Amino acid sequence: MTRYVLKRIGLAVITLAVLSLIVFAIAQLLPGDVGRAILGPFATEESVAALNRELGADRPIVVQYLDWAGGILTGDLGMSLGRQAPVWEVLEPALVNSMKLAVLAFLITVPAGILGGVVAGLRAGRPTDRTITVAGLSLSSMPDFVTGIFLILVFSIWLGWLPVTAQWEDGAGPATQVKHLLLPALTLTIVLFGYIARVARAGIVEALNADYTRTAYLKGLGSNQVVRRHVLRNALLPTIAVVATQVGYLVGGLVAIEVLFNYQGIGLLIYNASQQKDFPLLTAGVLVVGIVYLTVTLVADILYGALNPRIRFVRAE
Amino acid sequence: MAPTPGRPSEARVARGERARLLVRTPSVLIGAAVVGFWIVCALFGEWIAPHDPVFDNTFPFSEPPTRDHPFGTDTNGRDVFSRVIVGSRDVLLVAPAATLLGTVLGTALGLVTGYFRGAVDDILSRIVDAVLALPLIVIAVLIVTAVDSRSTWVVTVIIGVVFTPLIARTVRAAVLTEAQLDYIEAARLRGEGSMYVMLKEVLPNVMPPIIVEFTVRLGYAIFAVATLTFLGFGIQPPSPDWAAQINEYWNLIDPYWWMVAFPALAIASLVVCVNLVADGIREVYE
Repeated sequence: MTRYVLKRIGLAVITLAVLSLIVFAIAQLLPGDVGRAILGPFATEESVAALNRELGADRPIVVQYLDWAGGILTGDLGMSLGRQAPVWEVLEPALVNSMKLAVLAFLITVPAGILGGVVAGLRAGRPTDRTITVAGLSLSSMPDFVTGIFLILVFSIWLGWLPVTAQWEDGAGPATQVKHLLLPALTLTIVLFGYIARVARAGIVEALNADYTRTAYLKGLGSNQVVRRHVLRNALLPTIAVVATQVGYLVGGLVAIEVLFNYQGIGLLIYNASQQKDFPLLTAGVLVVGIVYLTVTLVADILYGALNPRIRFVRAE
Repeated sequence: MAPTPGRPSEARVARGERARLLVRTPSVLIGAAVVGFWIVCALFGEWIAPHDPVFDNTFPFSEPPTRDHPFGTDTNGRDVFSRVIVGSRDVLLVAPAATLLGTVLGTALGLVTGYFRGAVDDILSRIVDAVLALPLIVIAVLIVTAVDSRSTWVVTVIIGVVFTPLIARTVRAAVLTEAQLDYIEAARLRGEGSMYVMLKEVLPNVMPPIIVEFTVRLGYAIFAVATLTFLGFGIQPPSPDWAAQINEYWNLIDPYWWMVAFPALAIASLVVCVNLVADGIREVYE
C-alpha cells in the first residue's frame, strides 16, 4: 500500500511540474513580448521596456521559470497587476468562495446522481432506466450557462423564489448564503447528474451480474439484503473516481456559471484577469486550479486503492 | 475472411448492419432530424428567415413575442426569430472544424505514443496528463489571453488543440491493444517501415473508436464554442450566433427574457440532439 501511495504521489508531482511548465510557456512565450501584451499596441517602446525590466521579462527564459516556480513553492505568487496586491491575497477569497459552491453542489449532486444511477441500474433495460439515462445525459450535454439561464428564467424571473445573482451582502448568515448559492448549485447538479448516474448505474449492473451476487442469492439472502450488503458497495467504487474528476470542473471550470451569476469564485477571477491582461494573477489562478484537480484525483486514487486491493497490484499506466 | 468475388466483405456487411441499427433507434432519428433542421438553417438561413437578422432593425425595440415576431425583438429592433434561424451557422462551422482538427492531431499523437511506447510515450503521456488537469475553459481562456486575439479561427484552433490530448489518449489505448496482434508483428518482420505499419495496418483497424471519439467530442466542441462565445471570445456581435446573442443580452434577462431564452433553447436543442446521435453511434459500435 505504501508503495502504491508513494508512486501516486510521485506521478502527481511530476504532472504538476509539467503543468507549471506548460502554463508558464503559454503565458510567457505565446505573447512574444509580455510587456507589449500587457500595455497594448499603442504604448511607447520605453514604457514597454520598463515594464519588461520590472517584471523581469528581459531575463533568460529558464531563469524566469525557475524564479516563478521557486516563488510558488515558497508561497510567493507575485503581484497582481490589476489589483496592485499580492496575488495570493486576491486568489484566496476567490478560492474559498469556489470551495463553498463546490461543497454545496457536491452535497446535492452526489446523492442525487448515485440515487438516480442505482435506481436505473436496478431496473436496467426497463423504461425507468431509459428515462433516467437519456434525461441525465441530455441534461449533462447542455452548456452549463444555458442550464443556468433556464433555471434563472424559471426560479428567479417567473417564480421569483431565488435571487438572480450569487452575491450576498457582507456578514450574511449561512442561510442567506445558501439561498444565493442554490441556483448555481442546482445548475451544477443538473450538469453533473448524468455522469454520476451513468457510472453508478454501470457499477450496479456489473455488480448484479457478478458471481458473488449469485452466491448471495443462493445462500438464501433476500433481494434487499443482497443489494444492501454486496451490490451497493462494489457499485460505488467507480463512482468515487468519476466524482473526483468532476471536482476539477467544480473548482475552476465554472467560469461561465460564475460570470452568469456574478459569483466571486476563482473562475470569475480568471476571467477578469484575462480581460485585464493581468498575467501574474491569471497564471497563478490557472495553476491553482490544476493543483486542486491533481490533489483531489490523487486523494481519490489513494482512496480507491485502499478500498479495492486489486487495483494496487496493477502496473500504473 | 478473404473477399470472395460476388460477396461483400465482412466489413461492408458490418457497416450495413450498423447503419440499419442506427436508423431504427428512435432517439437517433429525433436527434438527426433536429440537427438536420439546424444544418438546413445554417445553409439556407437567409431564405428561411422572414427578416434580415443583422441589418433589418426597423422594428419596435424590445418587444415581447407577438404574432408578427414570434420570438420578439431585441434592443436594436431586430427580429429575434430570424436571428435564431441564422444563428446556427457559426457554431456549425466552428465546432466540426475544431473537432476535426483535434481528431487528426489526436490520432497522430495517439498512433505515435501507442506504437512506439518507451520514452516518447512516457513524456507525451505526462504532458497529456498535465493538460487534462485543467478544465477546457480555463486553458482556452489562458491561451486566448496570451495570443490576444478574439478571432473565430483562433478559437477554433485552440479548441482543436485542447481536444488533442483527450483524443490522443483514447487512440493510444486502442493502438496499444492493436499493436500486440500478430499481423503487426508479421508486417514488421516483412521489413515494413514504422510509418507504413502505423498508417496502413494499425490505423484502419482503430477507426471505430476514432469515429466514436469524433462524434462524442463534437457535442463537447459545440459546448466549448458556445461557452467561449458567451464569455466574449470568438464570435462577436452583431453576429446572430446564439451564444453571441446571449452574450449581448443576458444582463437584460429581467425583463427582456425572450432575447436570451430562445437562443438558449436553440443551443440546448442542438447540443442535446448531437449527443443523442453520438450516443447512438457509440452504442452501435460497441
